Amino acid sequence: MTDHFIEDKTTKVTVAVDGTGAQKVDFNDLKSGGFIKQRQKDLFTVRLRCPGGRLSTEKLVEISKVAHKYSKKGVVHFSFRQSLEILYVDYKEFSNIVAELEKIGQKVASCGPRVRVPTACGGCEYNPNGLTDTQKMADMVDKTFFGTPTPHKFKTSFSGCPIDCARTKEMDMGFQGVVDPKWEEEPCTGCTICAEACKEDAIASDPDTGKPIFDPMKCIFCGDCIRACPTEAWRPKRYGHIVRIGGKHGRHPMEAVEVCHFLPDEKVADAIKMTIDWYNANGKRGERIGNALKRVGLENYLKHMEPVFQNTAKAGA
Amino acid sequence: MSDASIDLRGVMCPINFVKTKLKLEAMNPGEILEVILDSGDPIQNVPKSIKEEGHKIVEVKKEGDFFRLKVQRS
Repeated sequence: MTDHFIEDKTTKVTVAVDGTGAQKVDFNDLKSGGFIKQRQKDLFTVRLRCPGGRLSTEKLVEISKVAHKYSKKGVVHFSFRQSLEILYVDYKEFSNIVAELEKIGQKVASCGPRVRVPTACGGCEYNPNGLTDTQKMADMVDKTFFGTPTPHKFKTSFSGCPIDCARTKEMDMGFQGVVDPKWEEEPCTGCTICAEACKEDAIASDPDTGKPIFDPMKCIFCGDCIRACPTEAWRPKRYGHIVRIGGKHGRHPMEAVEVCHFLPDEKVADAIKMTIDWYNANGKRGERIGNALKRVGLENYLKHMEPVFQNTAKAGA
Repeated sequence: MSDASIDLRGVMCPINFVKTKLKLEAMNPGEILEVILDSGDPIQNVPKSIKEEGHKIVEVKKEGDFFRLKVQRS
């Protein structure tokens, strides 16, 4: 989505709403409210707020009815950040569509320089690979931080495992689930399944006993060994999130850097709050956090984050 | 000692798991199924899925390029 709208200066119009009189609509306010101008005259895309891309079927049915009523072309689009967008909505009907969506408990999303709706994979609730409850975390972040003003857009996402479907490396701040595996000799039968199951070559089998020889430097903390072990000799020691900061896509993509291993669920809100504080104190208007980090220095940010990130290092680090 | 056997060498994921599952479902709780799996993808994935279905892997033997598992039906 381009930001040309923000630069449009001649955008105040008077609109009659519900025949109950005139109401001023400031087009500059629209984008912050999730209304995005289309090529077509008077028509806008209405972006809904769907954290983690999850909707109850009940709500989906109701949204469908609203979309069917207000989309001049009868179409919706799944946004690149998992939210549903109702296309071809006439701006004169904004108040009505918002009121109808509100009635079914569906909020409209936002664009512009603020914390955006978090995205997430399915997570540990139903995905066998999932290590963290990404949906629960996305919901929490949406409730706590959605719309908080920042120097530029601030995108977050949650992946439940190192496959990283939610692309945490491309986020302003991304959280990827990890598990620290712990091996106990006693229940181990030396079956070698863990060494076979490990896709990172972090586990070799002792040629005599078949028991695992673990290299923590190669481990990416996916938990495949724990899931494959028939005798529970490999167990989860702790779950957490790898935290990545400063990524973005767009015209000049940047890869986020890892700033923390094994951040527990209960520290995620603190980490986001502290990061937003740092960003608001150090970022220039229109500058993504990744660029602010390059300009000010990662060390400055890490020092600021010390109270949250302490005791979260990975084994061997 | 096993009550049934299934040789899944050359069978791809996830068909090998589905075949194991169907076989186990036709058996009685507590009975033992012998499963032969290739190394690589099959041994990386099938034991995880067997465990997630609630069955118990009671024995694993590596024999050259393949694995011989004994699975106790839940």
